[in-house]
Amino acid sequence: MNAAQMADALKQKFGDAVLETKEFRGEHTLVVKLASAKPLLAYCRDELNFDYLVDVSSLDYMGKEPRFEMVYELYGYGHLQHLRVRAAVAEDVEVPTVSDIWPTANWHEREVYDMMGIKFSGHPDMRRILMWEGYPFHPLRKDFPLEGKPSDMPDVGFTKTAPMADGPFVTSAGTGDTVTREPRSRRPTE
Amino acid sequence: MVAPADSTVAAYDSKVEGNIIFTKMDAAINWMRKNSMWPMPMGLACCAIEMMAAACSRYDLSRFGAEVMRFSPRQADVMIVAGTVTYKMALAVKRVWDQMPEPKWCIAMGACASSGGMYRSYAVLQGIDQLIPVDVYISGCPPRPEALLEGMMRLQRKIETEHSFTEQKKELIAELTA
Repeated sequence: MNAAQMADALKQKFGDAVLETKEFRGEHTLVVKLASAKPLLAYCRDELNFDYLVDVSSLDYMGKEPRFEMVYELYGYGHLQHLRVRAAVAEDVEVPTVSDIWPTANWHEREVYDMMGIKFSGHPDMRRILMWEGYPFHPLRKDFPLEGKPSDMPDVGFTKTAPMADGPFVTSAGTGDTVTREPRSRRPTE
Repeated sequence: MVAPADSTVAAYDSKVEGNIIFTKMDAAINWMRKNSMWPMPMGLACCAIEMMAAACSRYDLSRFGAEVMRFSPRQADVMIVAGTVTYKMALAVKRVWDQMPEPKWCIAMGACASSGGMYRSYAVLQGIDQLIPVDVYISGCPPRPEALLEGMMRLQRKIETEHSFTEQKKELIAELTA
């Protein structure tokens, strides 16, 4: 069974819970409801032999509802097929952990929590993984500036804002296309 | 006996029998210090690879008496901060620095350690000099081993100018003159 057939099988098995199936350049994506994401993922591992959870990541669509989206990248070493499962997550909604399905999700979900602030229910160790405990922000959110925000925890950590003006590596975010945003498009005389 | 001129740091009078050298305490102490600087290699990123190259046979940091990389801060004289100092690592660097005994010096090796370099972001300390005093900054991303050697030599020249005895041993001088 290839990934397209597996996506169809999942659509038949889970019915309305699968909101959408997409195919782009040979990669198949399922958009599912959050409530049925975990049983679907468990089915993927147990019945469809997706034994490798490649990555767990999250997206921030700030300004849209629901704001966040979880992305699970699955792969099977038996059949060498790749499948992507996405589920929209509203703010302050806890996502059921998949670390009991794939143990590797433990640290991936901690990273999602650290960087995006999405909490996982049932996670055995829901702590930050990159920033220190007590750091007040979630840096990958769209409303967090690249230069950072000042914070201070005595004897644990502190941050200051980084100077962004005229840096040789600073892109002009939010203007033009990807070519004109690049630092190299700014002439030295500007 | 003619006292050595101020411009000379040491003088040897061959008319005096034996191996007697006239010098100043500052000059003698500085000479000993600068030729035996034991680095604390604070390797945090790619600069550390160049630092290792500088210590290896081709560039041979031991020519300047600085080949004894000490991974214990209590045995080190000069901390070479080589690489990107993240905020999470910053307090660990500070702690290691605090554990080094005086006298101690610090070299900020490369763009990141000097100013944050290309990492203008929430995660990176914008220069280790915000936490600990830096004696020598080395430019480059990463600097070549020759640049680190040059930095070491500049630090040696800086140590030569210190008033090691008169300023750093004031209590001893007061005791001796009392």
